[in-house]
Amino acid sequence: MPVYNRTVAAITLRAALGRKRALLFAVPPLILIGVSALLRLSHPADPAWPARILGDFGFSVVLPLTALIIGTSVLGAEIEDGTIVQLLATPVPRRTIILTKFVIATAATMVFAAVPELVAGLIATGGATRLAVGLFVGALAGAVIYNALFVCLSVATTRALALGLFYVLLWEGVLANFVGGARILSAGHYALALANAVARDPALKPGVNLTTSVVMGAIVTVLALAVAVRKLASFSLRGDAA
Amino acid sequence: MTSVELDSVSHWYGNVVAVNDITMTIGPGVTGLLGPNGAGKSTLLHMIGGFLEPSRGRLTVGGSPSWRNPDIYRQIGIITERDSAYGFLAGAEFVRATARLQGCPDPAAAARRAIGLVDMVGPMNRRISTYSKGMRQRIRVAAALVHDPEILLLDEPFNGMDPRQRLHMMDLLGRLGAQGRTIVFSSHILEEVEQLSGTIQVMVAGRLAASGDFRAIRRLMTSRPHVFVVRSGDDRRLGAALIGRPAVNGVELTPKGLQVRASDYGAFSADIAGLARDEGIRLRELLPADESLESVFAYLVTS
Repeated sequence: MPVYNRTVAAITLRAALGRKRALLFAVPPLILIGVSALLRLSHPADPAWPARILGDFGFSVVLPLTALIIGTSVLGAEIEDGTIVQLLATPVPRRTIILTKFVIATAATMVFAAVPELVAGLIATGGATRLAVGLFVGALAGAVIYNALFVCLSVATTRALALGLFYVLLWEGVLANFVGGARILSAGHYALALANAVARDPALKPGVNLTTSVVMGAIVTVLALAVAVRKLASFSLRGDAA
Repeated sequence: MTSVELDSVSHWYGNVVAVNDITMTIGPGVTGLLGPNGAGKSTLLHMIGGFLEPSRGRLTVGGSPSWRNPDIYRQIGIITERDSAYGFLAGAEFVRATARLQGCPDPAAAARRAIGLVDMVGPMNRRISTYSKGMRQRIRVAAALVHDPEILLLDEPFNGMDPRQRLHMMDLLGRLGAQGRTIVFSSHILEEVEQLSGTIQVMVAGRLAASGDFRAIRRLMTSRPHVFVVRSGDDRRLGAALIGRPAVNGVELTPKGLQVRASDYGAFSADIAGLARDEGIRLRELLPADESLESVFAYLVTS
C-alpha cells in the first residue's frame, strides 16, 4: 500500500499555501528570529540566553504553534468546508491520505519552524555552533511529533485549533516546564532531549533522557497517526439535520 | 449489473430516528428519492455512499457493504448536497485530479470525456471559485463520472440550477440511466422526480411511504381528499351546484369564499371550470387550502 500520493500532496499544498491562513505560518518564526537578533544586539548578562530562548520559547511555543496552525489546516480545513468528501469518495486508502497529509504538514513545519530555529541559533550564537545545529535537529524531530498529534486532533474533533492551542499553552507551555512528571509526556521535551544530544548544553534542560525521548516520541507519533487513520476511515456525513 | 440492496436499514442520531427500517432494492435506471426536507433522504444517500454507518440493518452495493470500504468508490460516484469543490483549482484540474485519485489509466482523456458529458468544456480552465452554483454542480458531476461508475448518487442535484441547466442535467441523468447505470437522486420537488424517473421511493419522516412506479403514486397523490377555497361571482349558487358533484364531499359558505372539501383532488380540479361555465358563474379564485408537499406526503403515509 503506497504511503504517499502525489495528487493528494499537490492538492494539500495548494490548499494550505493558497489560503490567507498561510501568512500566519510565518508569524511565530519571525518573532523568534526578531527576538534573537534584538537580544544579540543588546548583549544580555546571562551567557546561556540562546539556549533558554531558543530551547524554552522555541520548543514549547514557536515550534508547537507553527505545527498547530499547519497540522490542523492540512486536513482540518478540508473537513470544515466539506471538500474532504472529494478525496474520500475515491478508493485511495485512508492510510495513504493521512500519511501524505502528515508528510506535507511536517515538511512545511520544518521550513517554517525548524529552519528559523537554525537561523535564530546562528544569529544568537554567532555561527554554526553545536547549539545551533542541535536546536535544528531537535526542531526537525519536534515537527514530526507535533504534526502527528495535530493531524490526529483535526480528524478527531472539529475544535482542533482551540483544543490544540489549549494543549500547547497549558501542557507544553506551563505544565511541562514547571511540573517534572508532565515532561515524560511532552513533545517539546522529546525535541529538547534530541537537541541536547547534539548540543550538550546544560542550559537546554531537557526533562527526559535521549532514550526515553526517542522511544516515547516514536510511540506518540505512530499512535497518533494510527488513531487518525482509524478516525478518517469512519468519517461520517450528517444529513437531514436532526 | 450493480444494484443497491437495503435490508431493514435504520439510522439514528442520538435518540432521533432519521431513517427507520427501510428495505428496498435499487436496480439500473433512474430512481428518484422523493420526500420533504428532513425526511431522511440525505441520511439514506450517505449510508448508500459509505459516508454513514447504518445503525441497524444491512446495506450492500454490488454485494459489498459500503461502510468503511473505500474500494466501493470504483463503482460509485457521489454528489453530496453541500456545495463543496476546491475553489482554488480550475474545473479541468479538479476533474483530472479526481481521475488520478480514482486510478484512471489515462486521467487527461477521462477528464475530457467527463467534462464533455456535462457541457463544461468552455469554462473548464477557469477557477472553480469563479463558477456559478449550477456550473459548480456540473463540474462536480463530471468529477463523480470521471471513472465511469456503475452507480451515481446525487443529493438534491438540481438545487441552484437555472431551467436550462436543469433540463440539461435531467437529460444527462436520463441518458446515463438508459445506458444501464444505477442513478439515484433525491429531491423534494415533485415535478423533478416526475420528469426524470420511472421508479420512485417516497420517504416521509424516515420511513418509506410509497415505492414503485411513478404513475401509480401520482394517482394516489391526485386522488387524495383536499380542501379548496373558491371565490366566484355567486358563491351561494356555485356551492349548491358543487354539492351535487361526486368529487365533492362538503361545501361551506364563509366570509372568505366557499370552502370546498373534495374527495378527489384530480377529479375536482378537472370538474370545477366546466361546472362554473355551465352555470354561468364567473370563477375569481381557486386556491388549494393545504397545498404543501408535507400534506401530500402525510396523506401518502396514512393511505
